[in-house]
Amino acid sequence: MSDKEQFEPRIAAFFCNWCTYGGADLAGVSRLQYPPNIRVVRIPCTGRMSPKFILQAFRQGADGIWVSGCHPGDCHYIAGNMYARRRFAVLKNLLEYVGLEPGRIHFSWISSAEATKFQETVIEVTNAVRALGPAKFMLKDIAPQAQREVA
Amino acid sequence: MQQRTEKIREAAKRLLAEGAVDVVLGYRAGTVPMREQPFAARSVEEADELVWSSFCCNNLANFLVRRDEKTAIVAQGCVSRNIVGLLQENQIDRKRLKIIGVPCLGMVSRSKVLDKIGNKTVFAVEEQGEELVVKGKGFEERLNRKELLRDNCFTCQHRNPVISDEMVCEPVQDAAGGDIDKMAAPWEALAPEERWSTFKEAFADCIRCYACRDACPLCYCHVCFVDESKPQWCGKTQDEADVQTFHILRAFHCAGRCTDCGACESACPMGIKMRVLTSKIEKDVRQMYGYTPGMDEKATPTMSVYRPNDPQDFIK
Ligand code: SF4
Ligand code: SF4
Ligand code: SF4
Repeated sequence: MSDKEQFEPRIAAFFCNWCTYGGADLAGVSRLQYPPNIRVVRIPCTGRMSPKFILQAFRQGADGIWVSGCHPGDCHYIAGNMYARRRFAVLKNLLEYVGLEPGRIHFSWISSAEATKFQETVIEVTNAVRALGPAKFMLKDIAPQAQREVA
Repeated sequence: MQQRTEKIREAAKRLLAEGAVDVVLGYRAGTVPMREQPFAARSVEEADELVWSSFCCNNLANFLVRRDEKTAIVAQGCVSRNIVGLLQENQIDRKRLKIIGVPCLGMVSRSKVLDKIGNKTVFAVEEQGEELVVKGKGFEERLNRKELLRDNCFTCQHRNPVISDEMVCEPVQDAAGGDIDKMAAPWEALAPEERWSTFKEAFADCIRCYACRDACPLCYCHVCFVDESKPQWCGKTQDEADVQTFHILRAFHCAGRCTDCGACESACPMGIKMRVLTSKIEKDVRQMYGYTPGMDEKATPTMSVYRPNDPQDFIK
């Protein structure tokens, strides 16, 4: 238990430039406090999100993933988020089907005006990932091989 | 089977002799039993090598992409649906394609046959109606072919071609009889904690030969994500993390496109059942978006469209 209390997750957060990224900015200038566990990657649109990015983040040691973009109807590119929604649904189901814990991967719609929703969601996402502990799957353990090469 | 073979040869010879096509894609007997292979017949004489049997497990639609000649193709239900998929995705030109439709009775799994006879060496397999006569040194066994169908053929819902220019025989019953909702996505029955270890084990033997990818008509990208190097999304090793990345992404790329033709599983030298992944997506797409791939040339594939009210309970 004490292990889990000390554990601070690293969460890869992919934010759409036109909304959630602005929402995060507004949360910042409004001095809203939120946990410092997210590492933000700015993307042009959630429609640009590829499952490759999500797997890559896990492979590089992220404990959780969060993708956030514009509310349906508000996409800067008209419908990028609507296409993304289908992809996220299928991908999330597939990842959970092979054993990813449901609380590791999160999606949200947050506009650039919703600083409070942003703050609440960071807290929710961070708590969910923290409760699960460190992610252990899809990590490439190269230590044994590296040792052999040295020896 | 014999009747289908004869009709296929007849059609192929006619099309080649008339000059309607330059090549007929079909199957010919493999160099070992139960391994019929893809074959491109370019002359009337070569057309005599074409066969139809319970072991035509490759998906010939795979050979249509980037082909310039006027082509005829032998197509059972699943292959015809992959042709429809390629038409939807603008990969082939319908005007230069002749489809010789074959109502299908399902393909037999070679590995199931070998399991059944205790892995003895087989010299020949004869088909007599619903029976397979398997012969080898000092033995001859009669097996029921229905029990040995590939898993995907057991639950196939569309055995008749959905698109064709001519048919070699009367249509068969469309559904093979297996309950697809019971068989698809088998890991849904597992407890969430068991799934990752099951996944790990199921793909542990993968040697990254990419036979599954190469056999699949959906995989026609000029550069596959596994070959990308800047950045490298998927390591090239047999480390389990790389193997898992490969399989998750390969399955995902087939979303809303996979016809469950089973060519990937039949091609795998390690007996890996990668349909456990594609069948999950196939089921989700059917249930969430009401879409069955490869049925309608005019439809837009499901991952390239959206509806305003698509499910989104999982989004905060
Ligand atoms: S999937 Fe259906 S159409 Fe394709 S080979 Fe099997 S039974 Fe025939
Ligand atoms: S993924 Fe497998 S079953 Fe699906 S279309 Fe490709 S080869 Fe056929
Ligand atoms: S065919 Fe089998 S061994 Fe080869 S890459 Fe695919 S799953 Fe792995």
